[in-house]
Amino acid sequence: MSDLQAALTDLAPQLGGTRIEGLRRLSGGASQETWAFSLDGERPLILRRKPPGTASVTGTATPLATEAALIRAAAKQGAPVPEVLAICDPDSDVGEAYVMAAVEGETLGKRIARDDNFAAIRPKLAFQCGEALARIHAIPLDGSLPPLNRSSALEELAKYETVYRSLGARRPILEAAFRYLKDRAPPLDRPVMLHGDFRNGNIMFHPETGLAAVLDWELVHIGDPAEDMGWVCTASWRFGGQKPVGGFGDYADLLAGYEAAGGTPIPLERVLYWQMLGSLKWGVMCEGMYASFANGTDPSVERAMIGRRTSECEIDLMALLERAA
Amino acid sequence: MITHPTAPELIDSVIRFIEERAAPQLKDRDAFLCRVAVNALAAVRREIEQGPAAEDAAAERLRALLGRDGDFATLNAALCDGIQAGTIAPLDPAVLAHMKASIIDQVRIDQPQYSGLRTLTQGS
Repeated sequence: MSDLQAALTDLAPQLGGTRIEGLRRLSGGASQETWAFSLDGERPLILRRKPPGTASVTGTATPLATEAALIRAAAKQGAPVPEVLAICDPDSDVGEAYVMAAVEGETLGKRIARDDNFAAIRPKLAFQCGEALARIHAIPLDGSLPPLNRSSALEELAKYETVYRSLGARRPILEAAFRYLKDRAPPLDRPVMLHGDFRNGNIMFHPETGLAAVLDWELVHIGDPAEDMGWVCTASWRFGGQKPVGGFGDYADLLAGYEAAGGTPIPLERVLYWQMLGSLKWGVMCEGMYASFANGTDPSVERAMIGRRTSECEIDLMALLERAA
Repeated sequence: MITHPTAPELIDSVIRFIEERAAPQLKDRDAFLCRVAVNALAAVRREIEQGPAAEDAAAERLRALLGRDGDFATLNAALCDGIQAGTIAPLDPAVLAHMKASIIDQVRIDQPQYSGLRTLTQGS
């Protein structure tokens, strides 16, 4: 029996069972591990954990206990999220981790935006995304939650401009986007709890019922509600789909769903502002990933080629700048 | 000096070798990286064929835009400096026209299948 299997077996009573079966690794990010298993052979569960030995070194990453607390807070507001069953301390046998119920559905962005089995439900997805965001943004900022970063548009721009300048790249469209967005940065007049990475690929959709669960909470922070709205519209996450919201839906449906679920109405122009900031942010991140190839940290062809994807973000920015002119 | 095989012909032969002989032997992450490698070679092929003309055209536009002489790198840096300093307006029609023509040429080399390329070329 592996150490993890043994540690989870000790945890089983807390999860409401006795046996852990079929434990398998699903994906391996550098900062997070995802494991699937079943409780007593009948209940499918998911374990998210920090790889052993990396706990608390990263600094900027949200602790998993914070992530789990936010998922529970979102559930309380009626947002579709997986049920969190247990939270494990960094010094427990499992390590820094939490266990949640597995949710049935699809997360591959391309299938959601383009596959035939999503054709019938697809027109409803943007509205459902708006509803989910309104509920996440309704999480009270009342001190019952762990401390979180707070960031305005100007602070986000400053963060990414520092990265961009440090790379020494000279790219006029990125310069123009920084200039344009800095000159029009909205104040953080109504800060809310943001998911922080709400986009096609991080949302579980079911082909019959639509939005099943909002996943990947590690970038949760406090900021402008239009930031989450703009990120789900950022063109890098459309996966070849023709529609602005995740490749699958229209702006009007996203905004209507948001209002229908009690969200304070957000003007489309403010969503487009954050959509542009989203493309700029992803463009800078592509440049940063290429830099890790150029300086020898990661010599893979994948890292080299991601530097050729900055231009995708730039052509998206170009369309938004042209629309603004 | 070199007449044949041309650089694009050599690249095509390598792509064909990878796709027909090497790729079927790979799985998981190596299979993924193999597809990325083929995409990289295809981008190099397009850059050899389209890159020089695109850079010449960009330098020509920059000379007209900035009203001075110089090579592409110098003029491109001057444009960036001007936008950053606020002396060149990012939404100036001539600036937008230059950036649009340049990015269309670049995405045609980097990722010609990207849907944003269609969006921008159809929108005008």
